Amino acid sequence: MAKRPIEPFLWLLFTAGGVLAALFIPVLVFLFGVAFPLGWISAAGHDHLLAVLRNPVTRAVVFVLCLLALFHWAHRFRYTLYDGLQIKHLNGLINLVCYGGAIVGTVAAAYVLWQVP
Amino acid sequence: MSAPPAYTQYHPRWYRTPVRTLWWLRRRSYLLFILRELSSVFVAWFVVFLLLLVHAVSRGNNEYQRFLHWASNPWVLLVNVVALAFVALHAVTWFDLTPKAIVVRLRGKRVPSAWIAGSSYLAWAAVSALVTWLVLGG
Repeated sequence: MAKRPIEPFLWLLFTAGGVLAALFIPVLVFLFGVAFPLGWISAAGHDHLLAVLRNPVTRAVVFVLCLLALFHWAHRFRYTLYDGLQIKHLNGLINLVCYGGAIVGTVAAAYVLWQVP
Repeated sequence: MSAPPAYTQYHPRWYRTPVRTLWWLRRRSYLLFILRELSSVFVAWFVVFLLLLVHAVSRGNNEYQRFLHWASNPWVLLVNVVALAFVALHAVTWFDLTPKAIVVRLRGKRVPSAWIAGSSYLAWAAVSALVTWLVLGG
């Protein structure tokens, strides 16, 4: 692989994203994705969630979580395709889709969090 | 592609046994590796899900109720159940690896890896409790 000075930085984003994803995502998927829909726990009220989201600290944490989790995905998924399917000839396209997708997602996260009234 | 550098001109060609595309189906540990790597797909899915939630909440109670209704659609629920399994796999494999990545020395002695992994799990429990407390209304 060609020498690219950006590579260590991508590994840093991958690692930071891995830590945040491991700490925050399981509990959030459990609550909003499984426990609320199945009625195990009654869903959090709208006014309360809005109040939590209005706090700038919450929005900052959610933004950093989205950014780093997306770059974690981009980096790891890129290597999953590289190792798992051995499609090395499509490297350029894969990098574009992965890191480009992460950048688009980060911009979307910033926009959605900015729109919180 | 530029021309290959001169110093590799007479380099012997490596013999590499070709690896089958589905090499990761041959052993449990290989399969676990590829499943662990695939957890990243569900991390990305979760970001989309979270942003849809935030968007719905900021547009009012009606949109939030519609989001909850959509989340209880059997397909979405199924994806989230699978996602929960994968992100749990990610978390467990990640925390089990922390002692390999972080070496802490106290008074010249290496802190046992069980302590480092243990403190990661403690941090996981603390964050999960804090998030639950915040979401469910303190």
